[in-house]
Amino acid sequence: MIKGLGKYVIMFVVLVLVQVLILNNIQFSGLINPYVYILFILLLPFTIPGYLLLGLAFLLGISMDIFNNTPGIHAGATVLLGFLRPGIARLISSREVIEKGSTPNMTQLGFASFLKYTVIAVLIHHLFLFYAEAFSFGGFFETFIRYILSSIFSILIILGSQFIVFKN
Amino acid sequence: MRSLFRFLLRNYFLMMFLALEAISLSLMVSFNNYQRVTFFNSSNNIVGDVYQRFSTMDDYFSLGRTNARLAAENASLRKQLQFRIMNQVKYPINRPDTVDAPAYIFTSAKVINNSTNKQFNYITLNKGSRQGIKPDMGIISADGVVGVITNVSPNYSTGLSLLNKRFSISAKITNNNYSGSLVWDGEHYNMAELKEIPFHVIVNVGDSVVTSENSGIFPEGIMIGKITKFDVESGTNFYNIKVELSTNFKTLKYIEVVQNTKSAELKKLESNNVGE
Repeated sequence: MIKGLGKYVIMFVVLVLVQVLILNNIQFSGLINPYVYILFILLLPFTIPGYLLLGLAFLLGISMDIFNNTPGIHAGATVLLGFLRPGIARLISSREVIEKGSTPNMTQLGFASFLKYTVIAVLIHHLFLFYAEAFSFGGFFETFIRYILSSIFSILIILGSQFIVFKN
Repeated sequence: MRSLFRFLLRNYFLMMFLALEAISLSLMVSFNNYQRVTFFNSSNNIVGDVYQRFSTMDDYFSLGRTNARLAAENASLRKQLQFRIMNQVKYPINRPDTVDAPAYIFTSAKVINNSTNKQFNYITLNKGSRQGIKPDMGIISADGVVGVITNVSPNYSTGLSLLNKRFSISAKITNNNYSGSLVWDGEHYNMAELKEIPFHVIVNVGDSVVTSENSGIFPEGIMIGKITKFDVESGTNFYNIKVELSTNFKTLKYIEVVQNTKSAELKKLESNNVGE
């Protein structure tokens, strides 16, 4: 458990730094900003208690908010994702896999399930994020394009990271 | 009472979700109402430090470009200086003129974090209250207007970038001196809109737009951009003018913070008119 804790602390710090220092500076035509830090929430073990899941999601969101000068926006999005994660997990995976207490990464879930898991999670999180940022439904289509393009990039980077970093 | 507790305990996941979501929402709303939540922004020391470290590393990759830009600015300043000297020879001034005493003090600083792809973009600088930076000071670069300081910590400060929908600035067209207010269009990192110019004024594509004398934050005549397109919206008496910004916000590195030393006096004087 302690060893696992260390791994998650490092993952938290690395993902936040990668997000604010590198990914937030990627700007294709000013439309796309992938948010990959939610990988942290995705990779928490299935058996994590609810209060810890929500607490960590909130902590992650607030960290992003402080770096981005966007109080509440990221926190709201990550808490929503944390709240819906058990539901998404039930949707894409069988009861045995969840109860075995495995980590929902690609090696455990297999490519198809992990893809589904990532797509649903990213779409929910980004939807909240982009519309909360615009803070209105004015410019609906423009925000929608930014939302969809950024989601695609986030999904691709999250899947890619599974092949490269979290192989073992 | 006990059944209430039992209900809360059974549904603690939902309750905790709602509570955290409520906290986030209240943060969002209080922030939108012009933020003074100093902890939750990147002028706080830890975050400023992270950005500062990364920025010093990142600097080495842009040394060439930065040098070229500084050299260009030097050249243009030298040209202005020569013009001054020439004028002085023509009309020598024996006594220092107190009317022209500099009202503005410039402090150079470096951008350590900056975004261009959000609806509300902010900018973080590597100087703060210890170096004399205060809220409501203007930020300019060699190319033009950048933004205005909103939050200050001892060593760092953050400000609204011009690419922020909450930012608006009093601007004028150099050819005819008509002034209006300039706001970001919310879409392109190099485009803004100039509003409130009445449509009897003659406007040309390519006219320069600069800061006007009544902004109180910026000196008069700081470059903002050039007019690229204009039309009259049906049913209004005002132009809809598109301005291409002269500052490139994507490569912003070295900037200057402008302090209007007479702003307190000005504000005090103007506050006398309130209520009339």
